[in-house]
Amino acid sequence: MQASDRFNINSQLEHLQAKYVGTGHADLNRFEWAVNIQRDSYASYIGHYPLLAYFAIAENESIGRERYTFMQKMLLPCGLPPEREED
Amino acid sequence: MHKLKSMFFFLLQTEYGDIFKVTLEHDGDRVSELKIKYFDTIPVTASMCVLKSGFLFAASEFGNHALYQFKAIGDDDDVEASSATLMETEEGFQPVFFQPRRLKNLVRIDQVESLMPIMDMKVSNIFEEETPQIFTLCGRGPRSSLRILRTGLAVSEMAVSKLPGIPSAVWTVKKNVIDEFDAYIVVSFTNATLVLSIGETVEEVSDSGFLDTTPSLAVSLIGDDSLMQVHPNGIRHIREDGRINEWRTPGKRTISKVGSNRLQVVIALSGGELIYFEVDVTGQLMEVEKHEMSGDVACLDIAPVPEGRQRSRFLAVGSYDKTIRILSLDPDDCMQALSVQSVSSAPESLLFLEVQASIGGEDGADHPASLFLNAGLQNGVLFRTVVDMVTGQLSDSRSRFLGLRAPKLFPIIVRGKRAMLCLSSRPWLGYIHQGHFLLTPLSYETLEYAASFSSDQCVEGVVAVAGEALRIFTIERLGETFNETVIPLRYTPRKFVLQPKRKLLVMIESDQGALTAEEREAARKECFEAGQAGENGTGSADQMENGGEDEDKDDPLSDEHYGYPKAEADKWVSCIRVLDPRTGNTTCLLELQDNEAAFSICTVNFHDKEYGTLLAVGTAKGLQFYPKMGLTAGFIHIYRFVEEGRSLELLHKTQVEGVPLALCQFQGRLLAGIGPVLRLYDLGKKRLLRKCENKLFPNSIVSIHAYRDRIYVGDIQESFHYCKYRRDENQLYIFADDCVPRWLTASYHIDFDTMAGADKFGNVYFVRLPQDVSDEIEEDPTGGRIKWEQGKLNGAPNKVEEIVQFHVGDVVSCLQKASLIPGGGECIVYGTVMGSIGALHAFTSRDDVDFFSHLEMHMRQDHPPLCGRDHMAYRSAYFPVKDVIDGDLCEQFPTLPMDLQKKIAEELDRTPGEIMKKLEEVRNKII
Repeated sequence: MQASDRFNINSQLEHLQAKYVGTGHADLNRFEWAVNIQRDSYASYIGHYPLLAYFAIAENESIGRERYTFMQKMLLPCGLPPEREED
Repeated sequence: MHKLKSMFFFLLQTEYGDIFKVTLEHDGDRVSELKIKYFDTIPVTASMCVLKSGFLFAASEFGNHALYQFKAIGDDDDVEASSATLMETEEGFQPVFFQPRRLKNLVRIDQVESLMPIMDMKVSNIFEEETPQIFTLCGRGPRSSLRILRTGLAVSEMAVSKLPGIPSAVWTVKKNVIDEFDAYIVVSFTNATLVLSIGETVEEVSDSGFLDTTPSLAVSLIGDDSLMQVHPNGIRHIREDGRINEWRTPGKRTISKVGSNRLQVVIALSGGELIYFEVDVTGQLMEVEKHEMSGDVACLDIAPVPEGRQRSRFLAVGSYDKTIRILSLDPDDCMQALSVQSVSSAPESLLFLEVQASIGGEDGADHPASLFLNAGLQNGVLFRTVVDMVTGQLSDSRSRFLGLRAPKLFPIIVRGKRAMLCLSSRPWLGYIHQGHFLLTPLSYETLEYAASFSSDQCVEGVVAVAGEALRIFTIERLGETFNETVIPLRYTPRKFVLQPKRKLLVMIESDQGALTAEEREAARKECFEAGQAGENGTGSADQMENGGEDEDKDDPLSDEHYGYPKAEADKWVSCIRVLDPRTGNTTCLLELQDNEAAFSICTVNFHDKEYGTLLAVGTAKGLQFYPKMGLTAGFIHIYRFVEEGRSLELLHKTQVEGVPLALCQFQGRLLAGIGPVLRLYDLGKKRLLRKCENKLFPNSIVSIHAYRDRIYVGDIQESFHYCKYRRDENQLYIFADDCVPRWLTASYHIDFDTMAGADKFGNVYFVRLPQDVSDEIEEDPTGGRIKWEQGKLNGAPNKVEEIVQFHVGDVVSCLQKASLIPGGGECIVYGTVMGSIGALHAFTSRDDVDFFSHLEMHMRQDHPPLCGRDHMAYRSAYFPVKDVIDGDLCEQFPTLPMDLQKKIAEELDRTPGEIMKKLEEVRNKII
């Protein structure tokens, strides 16, 4: 049972990551982890209207503009990924 | 999007509020051209809805929502751009400029009031009225306002006229039962009666047939078309053709009380004899029966004649021996007592109210027809019971304290149905709204007597007498809990303080990315002169937009309507305002110069009493959030009150290295929270003098409360920290903090060990220092423990416990402990960013807690929320819900179908009526 699990685990993880965006795993690097957190945060801000309104008041922008800004930021929340080191 | 028969169009709104009409030119499925045309400008909305009947409902993002009517559809000349004619240059598409103007295509019809967002709120009885007022700072940018909320319905006064002498009563009569409007107002004085006719103007008439040399006890319409006046010596019956029949009292007795409806009259003579009259088929009043009561009668009422019947069955008699009796008026058992009810005090006034049967009524539930008897008692209580329509038995009684005077009850018409006006030390209206019976106070002065009033100018009004005046008013906006007075402000208000001695409010307003008033004026003039020959690019397009024509300057709505023009993100505008809430006038407005913005405010009484109460304002200069949080400088301004508190004078400014977000008075000195540093300042001649500081706070300090020698500091991210100040060593120590991170938005000090807080994610919570820890800290004489004890969890040595936790669902921005009704217990009143005001009420008995937790449990199972979320999971969205029962869910109990109500009631060992009575009681304790 356990042996076959080891072969399946990768595909299960892939499946989970496809189904629930933002699922992590043990070998996550710092950048990807931060990206997941930022994206979750932005999604939460967009989803909770009072929090969106709170940001809009702080920045003196319209709520629609805040929503748009957060959605745009979800693309590259922490900037470009770091250069991959070639092994 | 709106579809007409021949074409369809879209309405788009930009973030500045400008609406554009977009039409597509197409043949079949292919779009050939897109035309966009400037339509109008309204405040920014979250969503717009175009109705087929030609209305536009605009749900504003912040502030009042509005309903507009389409005056025109935007087909006339306006700035238009089309995709076919778009010119592309090297820099991209060439922008098309337009100028915003007054509303041309829309007309505002109505507004729905909204308090969104509530930035700060205080409950206080500044105006010394019976109930405290709620002062809220609402709104954002140019639509900001200070709103003064009072519980109760708003009343709009239509006419006030002086009368000769002090009136004791007033009635209105129609001349005929099918008349729509009233014909006469009859006012009774101590020795005369005045008759006024209602027409174009209200004039005195002397040929109405009423006897005007004697006071009257009742005046009403009898039969179909005759008038009746009851005076102490008899009854005067005036037929339509002018014939007058008089019935005189036997012997020397006088009539003391009268009860009547359209076909029946009962009078009580002094000494307690009741005489019953009926109107027969010829329209003549015939005496039918007499009855002796055991003592003097305090009040009488007959239920209104039911539909299709000839008489009403019930007569209610209230006696001075603290009883109310129901007597039958049926011919077979006339004047037989059907039931007796004893009450806590002698009744002053009685009124029957009928609720019609409704099936699938406004709230979807079925209501059988029912009859209620309301009694106003001498001790100021309104007593309400259900009268069984068949047997006349009284059951299911409720009482409510209304005021210091015995309530007098009068029937008036509200929304076509009979409602009740109770006049006690303040007037109350009892009416049916969406299937519920609501009893709400009116924001009006004490009245003596009232009657319903209907004329073609005022269809559902009330005429009342108070003092020497006759007042006619209508009651507006039924169903709302508060009525508001609005005072507009300039920028987004942040905080305010009450100056209790002078009854003034001092508030700070600030906005980011906006221009000051002078800059705006200068920009307008510049644009007007330069015309439209400006540069391309979005930067000056902003400037162009505010360069309005002359007509905009006269337009009183202009700033509020169009919004302020946008400047760069790190330009701040701010002002400090002193306001007199009675008149709504701003007595002093100091606009801060040089990109400075105010963030915190507090009144301080330094121990050096030279200047009296001073005002401390914490400001930041050049504050920017992006790309990195930074500022040029932070200041603490100290102002002195001059001109009896109406004006401010700057004493000095002290520069600090961060933003002072929190200020508080503490033992004759000022505590300031500047970034992560808590510092104690004393007043110097030219600046504030640092006395003591503590740099151990994790992030920014956002709130400080002080009590005796404890300081309760709220951190922006890490909830509360309890500190102690040791005077002998001049040291501040943090001795307790919270275990979980909380992003604080509001905080309030409850008692020595307890703090209430609200966080950014919509939770409200209370923390308390355990009693043993608190005692240890207080008993520590040398402070050795505090100084040397090791911290736990990277924080203070002791931890506070969370005793209450609840997910409100809305970001709470202010909390206060207050009581909203006279003599009521205190509750925590909170205001949220989405504009709602709620209350947390503490239970006082274990039984109540048991009852409500079981009711909530049943409601969760049987009446789950509409969108399918689990209620307990929702209220525990971030932290598990602890010791709070959701009152809104429990109050949905009356909307359940009857069989479900009975089932739940059985499990709770009560009847549905008892459950509703308990719910009403709890609600009445709050408001």
